[in-house]
Amino acid sequence: MRLGTKRDEAGFQRIELNMTPMIDVCFQLLIFFMLTLKVFATEGDFDIKMPLATMAQGTPKEQENPPIVVRMKADSRGRLSEILLTEKPLKSFQELREEIKALCAGRDTSTLEVELDCDYVLRYEYVMEAITHVSGYVDQSGNIVKLIEKIKFKPARGGPVE
Amino acid sequence: MKVIKRHVTSESFSPDMTPMIDVTFQLIIFFMLTINFVTEDQSERIKLPESELAKPPETPWESPIVLQLTAAKPPSVIVGGDEVSLSLIRGILQREKQRLQELGRSAAKATVIIRADRDAHTGTLQKLIKECQDLGFERFVLRAREKYIRVTQGT
Repeated sequence: MRLGTKRDEAGFQRIELNMTPMIDVCFQLLIFFMLTLKVFATEGDFDIKMPLATMAQGTPKEQENPPIVVRMKADSRGRLSEILLTEKPLKSFQELREEIKALCAGRDTSTLEVELDCDYVLRYEYVMEAITHVSGYVDQSGNIVKLIEKIKFKPARGGPVE
Repeated sequence: MKVIKRHVTSESFSPDMTPMIDVTFQLIIFFMLTINFVTEDQSERIKLPESELAKPPETPWESPIVLQLTAAKPPSVIVGGDEVSLSLIRGILQREKQRLQELGRSAAKATVIIRADRDAHTGTLQKLIKECQDLGFERFVLRAREKYIRVTQGT
């Protein structure tokens, strides 16, 4: 690269770097990274337990408490039509959370377990909502308060509707 | 504002490039750090359900296998960029299991991450889990998109 030189007022030689190629490359890089950027929302996971395999082997796990059964019924289009918490009908997921909160009060939540009993055609978003509402809540200061973390599924009722 | 008079020769006029180069480098570094080349595990076809409790795991999962269940009819699963019908998933899982065994790991310790579409049937999801269980996979996690909720004081 040829460096440009210039004399200043005192007569000393000053070296001038040619910045143009570097700026060109920088902008190329910048444009490349800007175009390849894909913004994904943060994702999180929920641990679930699936006891189907152990049941098939005929070795039911010993439990201190029977699981709390959350029954979710669906209409023919897969929308949620009814929520039952151990046979008790509930109006909303919020009510489900309140009931779970009451059940957890003063107890060791690690011994509690929720079993989701869903219709086959029920949309997965409702299942996730139920899991969210039984596994915890965000309190006033923004912290997550955990409720029941052990969640399992019962085999789905019914079959696919064409 | 004080105006600084500079001696400008008639030969060249060179503006101060330093702030611009600084900003450009900052931007390049930002984009380099946020770039994500591994997008095959996050298919844009899958619309994940939202949950306010969905937080990224603190420690990475052990031998993760990402299965993406679509809401298509008939249901299909996207594994490592390939889309297969739910009825053919067993072969792929078998291959994954073999791969794990070659690496000296067991299927029981591997974590199956399920990214299911919010409109997928619950029964289909359970079928997928059953297929995994039949091959010895035991650990499952359901993935959801983080939902931001506004925390209101005093409610």
